Amino acid sequence: MSELFTLPVLLGIIYSGIRLATPYLYASIGETFAQNSGVYNLGVDGIMLMGAYSGFFVGMKSGNLWLGLLAAAVVGGLMGLLMAFISVTLKAEQGISGIGLQLFGLGLSSLLFKETLGSVVSISGFQPIKIPLLGDIPYLGDVLFNHNLLVYGAFLLVPIASFVLYKTTFGLKVRAAGQNPQAADSLGVNINQTRYITVTFGGAMAGIAGASLSIALINLFQENMTNGMGFIAVALVYFGGWRPWGVLGGALLFSFVNALQLWIQVKGINLPSDIAVMMPYVLTILALAFARRVRQPAALSKPFQRGEN
Amino acid sequence: MPDQLEFKKLLNRTLEALLPLLAVPVAFLIGAVMLLALGANPLTAYGALITSGFGDLSGITQTLTKATPLLLVGLGVCIAFRGGIINIGGEGQILVGALATTAVAIGFRDLPGWILLPLCLIVGALGGAVWGGIPGILKARLGVNEILSTVMMNAIALQLSNYLLRGPMIDPAEIANGTRIAQSALLPRSVWLAKLVPSTLLNTGALIALVLAVLVYVFLWRTTIGYRIRAVGLNADAARYAGVRVPVYQALSLALGGAFAGLAGAIEVMGVQHRMLEGLSGGYGFSGIVVALFGALHPLGAIPASILFGGLLVGADGMQRSVQVPSSLISTLLGLVVLLVVGSKIFSTRQSRRRQTNE
Repeated sequence: MSELFTLPVLLGIIYSGIRLATPYLYASIGETFAQNSGVYNLGVDGIMLMGAYSGFFVGMKSGNLWLGLLAAAVVGGLMGLLMAFISVTLKAEQGISGIGLQLFGLGLSSLLFKETLGSVVSISGFQPIKIPLLGDIPYLGDVLFNHNLLVYGAFLLVPIASFVLYKTTFGLKVRAAGQNPQAADSLGVNINQTRYITVTFGGAMAGIAGASLSIALINLFQENMTNGMGFIAVALVYFGGWRPWGVLGGALLFSFVNALQLWIQVKGINLPSDIAVMMPYVLTILALAFARRVRQPAALSKPFQRGEN
Repeated sequence: MPDQLEFKKLLNRTLEALLPLLAVPVAFLIGAVMLLALGANPLTAYGALITSGFGDLSGITQTLTKATPLLLVGLGVCIAFRGGIINIGGEGQILVGALATTAVAIGFRDLPGWILLPLCLIVGALGGAVWGGIPGILKARLGVNEILSTVMMNAIALQLSNYLLRGPMIDPAEIANGTRIAQSALLPRSVWLAKLVPSTLLNTGALIALVLAVLVYVFLWRTTIGYRIRAVGLNADAARYAGVRVPVYQALSLALGGAFAGLAGAIEVMGVQHRMLEGLSGGYGFSGIVVALFGALHPLGAIPASILFGGLLVGADGMQRSVQVPSSLISTLLGLVVLLVVGSKIFSTRQSRRRQTNE
């Protein structure tokens, strides 16, 4: 084991852990807003797939990665809007509509992939940018401050989300819509409008999360490339107690364990790779079971109906 | 005017039962637009879809073979949903059930068939029940959200299956040949399910599923345990005041749901593949949810629903061959069907709450 924990290995684990955390952060922070306002969107994985596809396709065809990112956000936002319509306006059972959205996104992204790309090709995605000064710190500079823009963006999103959620009027409205919609409604908060905004925003973030895979981290698109990451992203929201900083902790923990198991495999330690891949999932279940329990937003997954309690 | 009330109630119920049926034509209308956009003639495409799924004996037997696991998983989803639990763990439960069946069938291959065959079915159901029971107990004891834990259990089961099929359970012939395809040895012939139509894949598993659908109906509506499961699902607080131990019945409904998915895995192994291989669950865990929803979460409704969707899955391949449209179009349409069914009124929370107060 001593061989495993040399300094370069540890630095390598931190480096890949940070990269792996990126898509989770985008998707989970978006979902944090949706859930804080009372809507549970289980379709994140399907949205991520569509985001990954549209980001890749537009990025490749136009040669402009930013255009790809925009496309991913717009497509994700539209799917979020669809989810909002079904869960807020039609007041549907949210867990199941999420599964519908997931199947839809999985099917449509595979369909479009086969029709427009046909085979797996890679592109040159967002390149790492070294941050001046910070990037020159010995050891840590390369690990922490030499990533591409989408990685920085994901980590910047956390303080911004926390600020918006806890220090602005909008954030207060969001939390009120999720905690006590009746009271908030009586004070003039437009519950349904608030939920539409958060779920659409969550969709856009999930789209960007998918694009972060296809045009910044892995730089290719293939069918079902998220492999259930969107579901993990939803779990991380619970894990993080519906708070952006908590979500960050969860995303980092999950990603570091994932990076660790990748290294274990690379190092050829005598542990079957399939068992190693299991580790993060087992950890997530244990964390959900034994972590300090935070109360979920009281009105989570309950459609709002004026005059009901 | 009690007669008029009764009539209204009946009318409402009929409408509720028929509403999901509208979802398929609407989804296929959207699908037609997509087909046009892809440059295919929707009529030709759908024609190929229907004829290859239902057009001849071969198509029909294939459809019924696919409908079998769909029906079983759908029944499991029905039970869990009636208990207020959403079971998304079908994929994992199928795999674990299939693995357990395979291990027992190969490990005890010398037992007489009349013991081994039922034993294999039971072990498959037990495997699924354990895999559904773990999230069930986590939900009951520690309040862990079952949607998330079942999703995690799917991922864990997949890795477990990959590990076992590449290592301990791999067919010794694969190692001898050096091909190393991740699959188990063939099951002893004594546990192969009898064929219903010679030289097709359709087997007695379909009959088992059909009988179970009726039994699930009896269980949910004619037994005390079934009544309690439904009570917990309809209104957990009311059930608690009435003295029902809510956590026990939540865990039970999820374990039972898992048992049905596990049995689906067992039948897929014993009746269709005759061995365990990678990708055996084949998305049935998710399509089973669609089947349950489309059958209005009623075990008898799941029967026609499973045949319809089994036919769509078979037909999708036929469509791909005839108009070169990827069969993933069907997965897209399934997603749309779910969205449309869930979005239609019967599943809206407002409606169900109103129904609770009325009855």
